[in-house]
Order: sequence, then structure tokens, then C-alpha cells
Amino acid sequence: MKILVCIKQVPDMESRFKVDSAGTWYDTTELVWRMNEYDEYGVEQAVQLKEQTGGDLTVLCIGPDRVKETMKKALAMGCDRGAHVNDPDYATRDPFEIGAIIAEYASDKGFDVIFTGMQSQDRGSAQVGVLVSELLGIPAVTTIVDFVLEGSTVNVKRELEGGIKAKVSVTLPALFTCQLGLNTPRYPTLPNIMKAKKKELLSIPVQDLLKVAFRLETVSMQLPEKKGGGLVLEGDAGELADKLITILKEKTGVLAK
Amino acid sequence: MKALLIAESREGKVLGSCSELVAFAQKAGSDSVMFMVGTDSNLPAYDGTIYLADAAKYGEYNPAVHKQLILDVVTKEKPDMIVFSHSSYGWDLAPRVAFALEAAQFSEVADIVDGDPVVPACNSKLRRRLKAKSTVKVLTLQAGAFSLAEPITASPNVEKIDTDTAGKVTFLGYEEAPKGGVDLGKAAIIVSAGRGVGGKDNIPMVAALAKALGGEYGASRPVVDAEWVEHARQVGTTGQTVSPKLYVACGISGAIQHLAGMKKSEFIVAINTDKDAPIGEVADVLVVADVKQFLPALTERLQAG
Repeated sequence: MKILVCIKQVPDMESRFKVDSAGTWYDTTELVWRMNEYDEYGVEQAVQLKEQTGGDLTVLCIGPDRVKETMKKALAMGCDRGAHVNDPDYATRDPFEIGAIIAEYASDKGFDVIFTGMQSQDRGSAQVGVLVSELLGIPAVTTIVDFVLEGSTVNVKRELEGGIKAKVSVTLPALFTCQLGLNTPRYPTLPNIMKAKKKELLSIPVQDLLKVAFRLETVSMQLPEKKGGGLVLEGDAGELADKLITILKEKTGVLAK
Repeated sequence: MKALLIAESREGKVLGSCSELVAFAQKAGSDSVMFMVGTDSNLPAYDGTIYLADAAKYGEYNPAVHKQLILDVVTKEKPDMIVFSHSSYGWDLAPRVAFALEAAQFSEVADIVDGDPVVPACNSKLRRRLKAKSTVKVLTLQAGAFSLAEPITASPNVEKIDTDTAGKVTFLGYEEAPKGGVDLGKAAIIVSAGRGVGGKDNIPMVAALAKALGGEYGASRPVVDAEWVEHARQVGTTGQTVSPKLYVACGISGAIQHLAGMKKSEFIVAINTDKDAPIGEVADVLVVADVKQFLPALTERLQAG
């Protein structure tokens, strides 16, 4: 079984974001980078599938050199090799270009299963996985929270709104986009982190794989306007608690005056 | 300008987000037609033509078939925009339709500014204005971003459609949410735990504040995924939708999926170390503090009070 998992490196969402000098993306200096949370579930599912089938697992990531750090985590979690698509301009690519890069890489490799995150935490388009499947002509099942392989059939559950799940079965090859809560992503152990350093991490220039033109461009990026209605309280915990109780007594009927 | 609005139906019932599609077309100043895989005994309120495919025949989840049905309507109506909700149905289907039409897709559109769609980035901490290179555009709309000033009461004019495409996936049925003992929808006061509470060991702190206030405790999705709190207490799109008199969000950053489940609460207090957290956008009071220090201080005073 040949498995591909696609991951993205994103900033920690707790960061304080600033708009860059071009005004079209966030400033990438002084940010802490990590693996897109949805992709952690994808890597874990891919590693479990590899363990179940004795398969071969490649992790792919598009971005500048710094994404190799995030790829090393995926290798330490159990991926066999890394394919780093070296692209310093990755942030300007639209979902169609990103999907086309991945599909071009995968087109001659015969992957049975491809995992992606359901969306990225920074851009959140939720398009890339589905576009890869359309480009490769294989079925995609999105937003999965359960994955069971039986023979060449996969039974999954898709998470819908209101806590309902749809049960779907599909024959391989197929692509799956992973929702949060699909599994419990493992922490890489120290021996596995050491082993990961020796694993193959191939770098491919983006020019070799990018053969389409973008369809979407960013006019501008902005901080949202503060609606400004809310009161912001800062200070010592005890004083804050007193202040909040006063406010709750005045503004809500839930505390006795 | 013409928009094709993709309505949603589940288990024979039209989903409420259909009216948001109509509201979007109004705001964009666009004519519209509608499409739905559903049943003619349950149609959305809509003053126009709806192209209806039979859910009993095509299934409620069958992306390749639904895509073909939509493409057939596109050929007939030649819309400038195809508009979905940014939901499990929309985000699955929209990229397939966009790909087939070689169209650009705008995901989770929250607003239209000078004709350009605006979408969120980085957990709503940033917003992007986008432009398409293609003439035809595909959009998915953020839940709650567009709403009608007045509800529609008209019934649509139905045109039935068919296709002979076969799909590659098999829809086996639905699995209902596990029944829990907690109906947060009835609670007047809810104190919810987010990832910022730091760990499972701190959940009793949240439960204690809920008790001191005479309410229930809930949780955001990451807390439920990490199994700190059971799913029955999850607030948000994939959990319960609540509108209590008081909602206290403890260490919850405010992902759109969480906000959709609680922003109609009468009074919202957020406790967060991050002053820029999106929860601040809906909070009446934002207490900038560490949950672990602030909660015990508040609970102690309420118990003494």
C-alpha cells in the first residue's frame, strides 16, 4: 500500500498577527511555526494505516526551507520519507495552484491513499484536498472523523453539523480530508526523533511541479475592524473578579443584587 | 448578474442556511435561481425557480452525482456565481464544481466590499479581500454572515431534473449524535472551557464556577477532542447551539464554529490571556487574565457572596 500525507506549516494561531509591507499577507517574521492541526490527524491516520498494512508512507509539504522542521515531526511520527516542494512564494499560491502541485507530484506514483487536512488554520479554504482528487480523477471523502480499512474498501464517517455523522464507503484509490478529532495524534518519542534525522528528505523545486496559472489573487489583507462594544478589563485577578461581579449584577439578571 | 444558489436538505428537511443564500444574492444585487437535492414535499421558502433532484434517487451525499446535476443547471442557466453555504455539504461540493468550470472559489465569504468577497484568515484574526481571474465564480458563505431583513414566505416554482451519472462513493446512512444527559439549550447560565484552561485537571475549576453561578458547564471543540470533557457538553456548529442569559467563555479563542453556537447568548463574558482573540468580537466583557488564576478568585467571591 502506497500512502501520501500532505501537510502544511502554519503559524501558531495564538500569535499576534501583523499585515506585511505588501499588504497582502501576514508578516512572517517573529512567528512560531507548527504543523497545521488538521494535518496532525492526517499524519496519525496515515501512520496507523502504514502500520496496519505494512505500507510505504511519504509526507509532502510545500514551502520555504523552514517547513523542513515541521516535516521532521511527521517523519518522527512515522512517515518513511519526506518530499519537500521548495517554494519561497508559497503564500501567494491559490488553492488551485497548491492542489495542482500536489497532483503533479502524485500523478506517476500510484498512491492508494492520500490524506490531507480538511483545511489549513491560516487560510482555511478547504479546497486543496478535493482539488487534488479531481485532478487525479480519484474519489475524495471530506471531513472524516473515523477511518476503517477492510480489504480494498474504506469505511469512513463524515462529520456534519449538529453532531450528526454520515457513514460512507469508498473503494481505493481515494483521498480523504481529515477533521479534528479523527484520532489521537502521537507525540514523537526521542528515539523516533533521532531516527527521523536519517530518513530521506528530498527537495523538489516548485518550478518542476507547477504547471497551472492561479485563479484567485489577494487584493489586500487587513486586521478586522474592532466592533468596539465590549469592555476590556485588565489587572489583578482578585480585583478583576470584583469588577466582573459588579458588572454582572448591573447588566444581567443572573446574580442577586 | 445571476447566482445559482445551492440549497441543502438533510433527511428530507431543508436546512436553515438556505435563507442566507437568498440574503447574499440580495446584497450582491443579483438575480438568482436555486438548486437542491431534496424532496418536493419539503421546499425552501423562495421567490423563484428551484431545480430539484430527488434525494431518494440520488442520495443526500453523492458528490460526483450532485456535481453533475449542478453542472447541468449551470449549462442551462449560465450563472455568474454558484453559491454554497460553507458547510460540510458546501465545502465538499464547491471545489468539485469550481474545478469542472475552471472557476475560482472564494471560501467562507463573510462580506462583500466594493464587489470583492472578503474571507477570514488565521482564525478570524485577519481578513482578506480577494479577486477572481475567472468569469464564473464559486463561493461558499460563512454561517450567519448574510441574513434576510424579512423572512420570505413565497413558494418556489419547481423544475425537476435528472442525470444518469454514477458516483464512486456509497452513502450508507446517518449516525445520530450520542445522547448525553446534558441539554445545554435549556441552561440559563453556561460556563465553557476552551483549550486555554490548560488541561483536563483544570476542568473541575470550570465546573465549580458553573455551580457557583447556578449553571451548567460546556466546552469548545478542542477540549472535547482531547477528551477533557464529554461530547454532550460541546458548544458550536458540531455540538449544541445555545443562547443562555449568561455565557462565560474560559480560555476559548473563538473559532467561527464555536461562535456560531453561542453568539446569540444575552451576555457574554470572555476570559483570555490573548487580548486579540476573536472571542473579543462577540464578548460584552473581555477579562484579560489567566483562567487558572481568575476562575478560583471569581468562584471564591461568588460562594462567599
